[in-house]
Amino acid sequence: MNRILCLEMRGISKSFVDVKANRDINLTISSGEILGLLGENGAGKTTLMNILYGLYRPDDGEILVNGEVVKLRNPKDSMRVGIGMIHQHFMLVEKHTVLENIALGYDEAPFFFPQRTLRKRIWELSAQYGLDVDPDKPIWELSAGEQQRVEIIKALSRKADLLIMDEPTSVLTPQETEELFDILRKMSSGGHSVILISHKLEEILNICNRVMVLRKGLLTGEARIEEVDKGKLAVMMIGRQIAAAYPKADINPGDVVLEVTGLDVDSDRGLPAVRHLSLQVHRHEILGIAGVSGNGQQELVETITGLRQPLSGSILMKGVPLDHADARKAHTLGITHVPEERIKYGIVPNLLLYENSVLKRHRDAPFSSWIQMNYGAIKDHAGKLVDSFQVDTPSINVRVKNLSGGNIQKLILGREISGGPELLVAAHPTYGLDVGATEYIRKQIIELRDSGGAVLLISEDLDELFMVCDRIAVMFEGRFMGQVTPESCTVEEIGLMMTGSTIQEE
Amino acid sequence: MQIDLLPRERSTATLNLLILLGSLLAGLLAISVVFALNGVNPALAIFSIFKGSFGSWYGIKETITKAIPLILIGSGLALAYKAKFWNIGAESQLLVGAIFSTWVGLNWGPHLPAIVLVPLMFLAAFIGGALWGMVPAVLKIRFGINEVISTLMLNYIAAEFVKFLVVGPWKGASKGGYPYTDDLPAAAILNQFPYSRISPVLLILAVTGALILGWLVYRSRFGYEIRVIGENTYAAKYSGINFFRTLVVLMAISGGMAGLAGAGELMSIHHYLSYPDSLSAGYGFTAIIVAWLARLNPAYTIVSGLFFAGIVVGGDAIQISMGMPAATVDIFNGMILVFLIMGDFFISHRVRIRLGRTVDA
Ligand SMILES: Nc1ncnc2c1ncn2[C@@H]1O[C@H](COP(=O)(O)OP(=O)(O)OP(=O)(O)O)[C@@H](O)[C@H]1O
Ligand SMILES: [Mg+2]
Repeated sequence: MNRILCLEMRGISKSFVDVKANRDINLTISSGEILGLLGENGAGKTTLMNILYGLYRPDDGEILVNGEVVKLRNPKDSMRVGIGMIHQHFMLVEKHTVLENIALGYDEAPFFFPQRTLRKRIWELSAQYGLDVDPDKPIWELSAGEQQRVEIIKALSRKADLLIMDEPTSVLTPQETEELFDILRKMSSGGHSVILISHKLEEILNICNRVMVLRKGLLTGEARIEEVDKGKLAVMMIGRQIAAAYPKADINPGDVVLEVTGLDVDSDRGLPAVRHLSLQVHRHEILGIAGVSGNGQQELVETITGLRQPLSGSILMKGVPLDHADARKAHTLGITHVPEERIKYGIVPNLLLYENSVLKRHRDAPFSSWIQMNYGAIKDHAGKLVDSFQVDTPSINVRVKNLSGGNIQKLILGREISGGPELLVAAHPTYGLDVGATEYIRKQIIELRDSGGAVLLISEDLDELFMVCDRIAVMFEGRFMGQVTPESCTVEEIGLMMTGSTIQEE
Repeated sequence: MQIDLLPRERSTATLNLLILLGSLLAGLLAISVVFALNGVNPALAIFSIFKGSFGSWYGIKETITKAIPLILIGSGLALAYKAKFWNIGAESQLLVGAIFSTWVGLNWGPHLPAIVLVPLMFLAAFIGGALWGMVPAVLKIRFGINEVISTLMLNYIAAEFVKFLVVGPWKGASKGGYPYTDDLPAAAILNQFPYSRISPVLLILAVTGALILGWLVYRSRFGYEIRVIGENTYAAKYSGINFFRTLVVLMAISGGMAGLAGAGELMSIHHYLSYPDSLSAGYGFTAIIVAWLARLNPAYTIVSGLFFAGIVVGGDAIQISMGMPAATVDIFNGMILVFLIMGDFFISHRVRIRLGRTVDA
């Protein structure tokens, strides 16, 4: 097989039961290019890429490689012509080592001593592209960034010339994102091409040569990167500019809602994750927690929301102790939770949208009485959520797994914000949301604060924290390195604290 | 030739039904091979089975008689399987139910009128089956013991215990050395429709039971929590569902339904406790397939229960008329289960077969 010099998708259309996900789309990419694919949630980006990867078959249209029509019936066909795809949710076997994962489906290994050949190949690829991983570590020990590198090596070892990456940076730290982009640049100068889906406009501007914008399944815009800036991209995507700042009502924080004192929590691996940590969140206040992920934020969130047992310390919610892992109790005390791993925890993929719209609230009036579910009220509620949070779905009677990634997130956010919680604990609430939806969610979070709610916002996106929070705590290795207000501090200072250096508190 | 497996993007009710019928048909074809290898004309054999069960009044009445325990047990199993709790122990839950109601019947029966005694015996059976069913649920949640293993093992324990009772302490004085308990008092015996072995009380119990469990799964709060547990345990944890309470109650109901079936067999058909295999004829296992054919909707077990009862009755008929071995029915049922489970794969996937060579990239 020759290398892909030029790949063309012509007139691609694809419909699902009630949705036209792609309509007559043309896409061209040539060797060495990095193409950005932009579009609102549910615009059809993932669908289009799944077609290119052979997971879905188009209803109409054809795909040409170097001018010849190819039929891509399954991922194997696509790999054979040199197309590799890295999904947002990694497809690695957790208990196996890096080497074993790469070996899966690696056809060229000789029958004898396959490890030796493969190890050499991995080593070559790592050296060539700066893909640093230890081949003998099991996957579950790796960070998200490392796992992604394994996926890239896996694709490259199968001779992928075109690499599709679906929202690769949403799980990465800013540092890891930079490393990824270095790798992509090296690949592109080596003649590989990349299609990158992202909702982060800076990233698209930073790395791509060209962008394409999808809207409601149609290709609505295309530009060379020199011709656009952030504002223009937003207009191309949602037809208007986005807010640069979010006004907040001028209210002082009220009573303490959540009080955490001297909390110690272990991680799943039995290592200390949260170390003697204390914090307070008040009514009318958004407390942001900044930090590189993996510094105990997840364990902290899980403990506060009743999913994890602390070793010691106390959690008081409105004065009531929350000392056992008890998600039900946390819920009745008015804590809602937007989980970080949303597909895993936040929804039941095989249940219908309206059934998912009351998950965790299913015991509350009016959604059920002591024995019976009240599906009438539930459907009303689901309809309202879909409307006010602009969840793009053909109806409330679809399985949630058929929604696009961003729309699943909108549904979860709507569910957790709409009940008017006393305390909203939100981990990376705008991951995977398009710029319009991001803006809307930030406004909703601020409105919740203005109307008396308390918010604990975990994010790695410092811009987001600066725009939304009243106070920011920086977490490093399970401790707070300091608490600051956005007005009294710069992004750079916080960046420093995230790597472990303390600064004087104001 | 090339075969492609693709995830199925859309699935409709009609499609699901077609796949179900297709699996049944494929199962019948596979069984035909078995018949043919035994030198029996498969078409004739299968025709005889259904003629034996649905082709005469006698057959239909027998089919309904056997459908009753299958519906009772199958609907309870469907409930458990909805939560992905693989209860393989209905056979022993049935037996323990029978033990409990026998005890009530023999000890309290002589002093009570039927109107009090019959409900009491059913209640005792439900409690017995429920307790026996709760054991594996507790073992699973507290000690992480796989329920397939524990429910299977409990089957042996209960069966041996029944044998011990009927040859030992409960052996009937009036039974002339046979391993039976004494007959239950007359007040404990259920009436039957004339010229049949169908008890109206049991029939109503089975049908309403299946409908109530269907309501429970799809309309009640308990059912909602069961389905969340079955589909995504992480989400169940996230939403604060109490695993212990939910699974224990679930297995109490599932086991209790099997217990009711045990009491029903006892009070309508046998009238005394005897060896386990004469009491149950493997209903606890056949009901697994009944639940599966009902696509785990307890209400549908009313239909699938009748179907499998038909196979049991028809199977008995051809054993006699065509000289087939007694295991025929088991092979029949096993084949159908295998094909039903394989059919599930085609609900989520589709297969494309293209003949001839295609030009590859
Ligand atoms: N398997 C499916 N069955 C039914 N509808 C689907 C399926 N997959 C996608 N859709 C629908 O197709 C549309 C496009 O979805 P797609 O996942 O391609 O969006 P996207 O552009 O990737 O959005 P996001 O940014 O939120 O990830 C959505 O409306 C979605 O509901
Ligand atoms: Mg997507």
